[in-house]
Amino acid sequence: MAVNKGKSVALFATCLVDLWRPAVARAAERLLIKAGFKVAVPSGQTCCGQVNYNSGDQKGARKLARRHIMLLAPFDYVVVPSGSCADMIKNHYPALFGGDLDVQKTAQVLSGKTYELTEFLVRIARWKPAREKGAKRKLVYHDSCSCQRSLRIYKEPRLLLEAQGKYDLQALTGEDRCCGFGGLFSVKYGEVSSHMAGKKTAAITALEPEILTGADLGCLLNLSGKLKAEGSACEVRHIAEILAEEEA
Amino acid sequence: MSKTPLDFEKGAHEALGSATLQQALGKFQTGYPLLRARAMQSLPDFEKVRTKAARIKDFSLKNLEQLTNQYREKVEANGGTVHICETAEDARKTVVEICRQVEAKKITKSKSMVTEELALNDALEAAGMEVLETDLGEYIVQLAGERPSHIVGPALHKTKEEVAKLFKAHHKTRRKRETGEQLVREAREVLREQYFASEVGITGANFLIAETGTAVIVTNEGNADLCRILPKTHIVVTSMEKVIPTLDDLSVFLRLLARSASGQEMTSYTTLVSGPRGPGESEGPTSFHVVIVDGGRSKLLGTEQQALLRCIKCGACMNVCPVYMSVGGHTYGWVYPGPIGAVLNPVLNGFGTMYHNYQASTFCGACEEVCPVKIPLTKIMRDWRTRAFQERIPGLGARLALWLWAAIAANPFLYNLAAGAGIPILRALAGKKGVLKSLPFANGWMKDRVLDAPEGGRFVRGRKR
Repeated sequence: MAVNKGKSVALFATCLVDLWRPAVARAAERLLIKAGFKVAVPSGQTCCGQVNYNSGDQKGARKLARRHIMLLAPFDYVVVPSGSCADMIKNHYPALFGGDLDVQKTAQVLSGKTYELTEFLVRIARWKPAREKGAKRKLVYHDSCSCQRSLRIYKEPRLLLEAQGKYDLQALTGEDRCCGFGGLFSVKYGEVSSHMAGKKTAAITALEPEILTGADLGCLLNLSGKLKAEGSACEVRHIAEILAEEEA
Repeated sequence: MSKTPLDFEKGAHEALGSATLQQALGKFQTGYPLLRARAMQSLPDFEKVRTKAARIKDFSLKNLEQLTNQYREKVEANGGTVHICETAEDARKTVVEICRQVEAKKITKSKSMVTEELALNDALEAAGMEVLETDLGEYIVQLAGERPSHIVGPALHKTKEEVAKLFKAHHKTRRKRETGEQLVREAREVLREQYFASEVGITGANFLIAETGTAVIVTNEGNADLCRILPKTHIVVTSMEKVIPTLDDLSVFLRLLARSASGQEMTSYTTLVSGPRGPGESEGPTSFHVVIVDGGRSKLLGTEQQALLRCIKCGACMNVCPVYMSVGGHTYGWVYPGPIGAVLNPVLNGFGTMYHNYQASTFCGACEEVCPVKIPLTKIMRDWRTRAFQERIPGLGARLALWLWAAIAANPFLYNLAAGAGIPILRALAGKKGVLKSLPFANGWMKDRVLDAPEGGRFVRGRKR
């Protein structure tokens, strides 16, 4: 852990986590401290602007992007407990400022030091949770499209969960298929979205897991809402919460 | 069944409720990925080959005028005629005129999505000619009075049982219609004699090779060959972006096309046609025409979205698209469904009319991963949303909501205020179980699905920097 000592990490909580499940951000903070970093939570952080960006509102997206580029740029690393928001900062912020080279340059630097949480813990922090003994609980990990396709994160969360030794990780049929969340898609095309979620929950339920986890709260709220409507008792939690529990 | 692009939501509702459609899509969705994966095993350098294919297409598009001229000169030297048509209307008129000149009464046709784009059959029928589709899928769709729901498998939305019923009603013969093989044999028997009775054969083309003046037609049924050889006149109808420089280049695309389209290493037939029957030859058409359609595509040349013209119409993008595989092709409401339609349709048919085509996507990116010519499909869909937003195509309410969100999220004071008011309200609405079952402005979410209420409190607020 010595290499990590003193390096500063800005935790970008994301609006969804901050507003819906602040416990996820608290867990992520604990994990980063545990891994030896000085964690900052820049105040004034809100939404990365992805909703506006994907809806075609470049002006609104640029407004929010500019704000967060300035807030997050001063730190050694930026860590995000969400693949899709990390992808927004990493892969889309620079493209938003084609006409403004100063901001674009800063965005590019920020892009290079922004990581999704599990990716950061494995690749940069080289941190692993302590192994715990006892009966293993059946768990399904849901890969978000942003994680698996945009950020190429697949092994990282699995390595962490396996290191923890508490879970019996199940192989999900159609794990590369979208759960149907898609941000505003889930509201605008609710029926299609819910149908897609249903295909996913059918595959999940077939495995009879106790827990469903993932790195993106949007997907998890979608699947949790579908599972509950179907009467499933499967617990749905963000991977930060899973990794941070009983860690002392 | 005829749906319009602006009725996407209504169409989706019907599609999701149709047991037969869901059965047909479900079967395909489990089958295709396995077939594709198997075919890809013999192309381990897929990434390299598709990069090369993309590069060849980019080069061709950059030099399109010159290559098209070269293609035309070669075809003319071989005794054929090339017609370059700027609009769908021009193309329809051109084809109808050729058919009139040879006094065609019956036309046999093999699969061509460009002719669907032109609504060519309607124009030919209006001119008093009978048109018969000879691709099995197209034939089924024609009998049913429908449109193709998929660019490679036009009748993908139909189950075997539906086809059996359709054949029984139209062929009026008593025979066994239980297996796919029986149905294929029946269609073949009915169609076979028709080729001899037609004056004109119309086919599409997958590629046009500038170097040799060759049209390349790829099929699995051999019907294009019969359409081409037996009638006196052969008309190739295709679109402008099909031109590639050389036969060598073709070999790159042939390695990708069938693997991507149907999970085969090669299709059963790959036909190369360069003109009419030559001197001393006893087979083949005596007159040969190639109709090359622009239809609005040239607007893309030199733009940031030109890459979408790399498309070789393999259909892989829709085969892996979770939205397509939920609602089927007809729901999109126009010729090209799925991700490629989402980017191409607005260019050909308008951004307002085709609104849902590029909006109804989660940007999951599965399409880009399989695209054999590396079209940045999600990026272009987002570009079209940006363009639509600038042109105020989304409703005022939607635009205001986005403006309001950006205004609030850019101002932490307002943001905290809104969150401070909103979170307790949502929690109160959710009650003890912590679950929301309806929500104004977000009831789309609540289709057979609930929403967990916020757990309360905030993370960011009140912390020190």
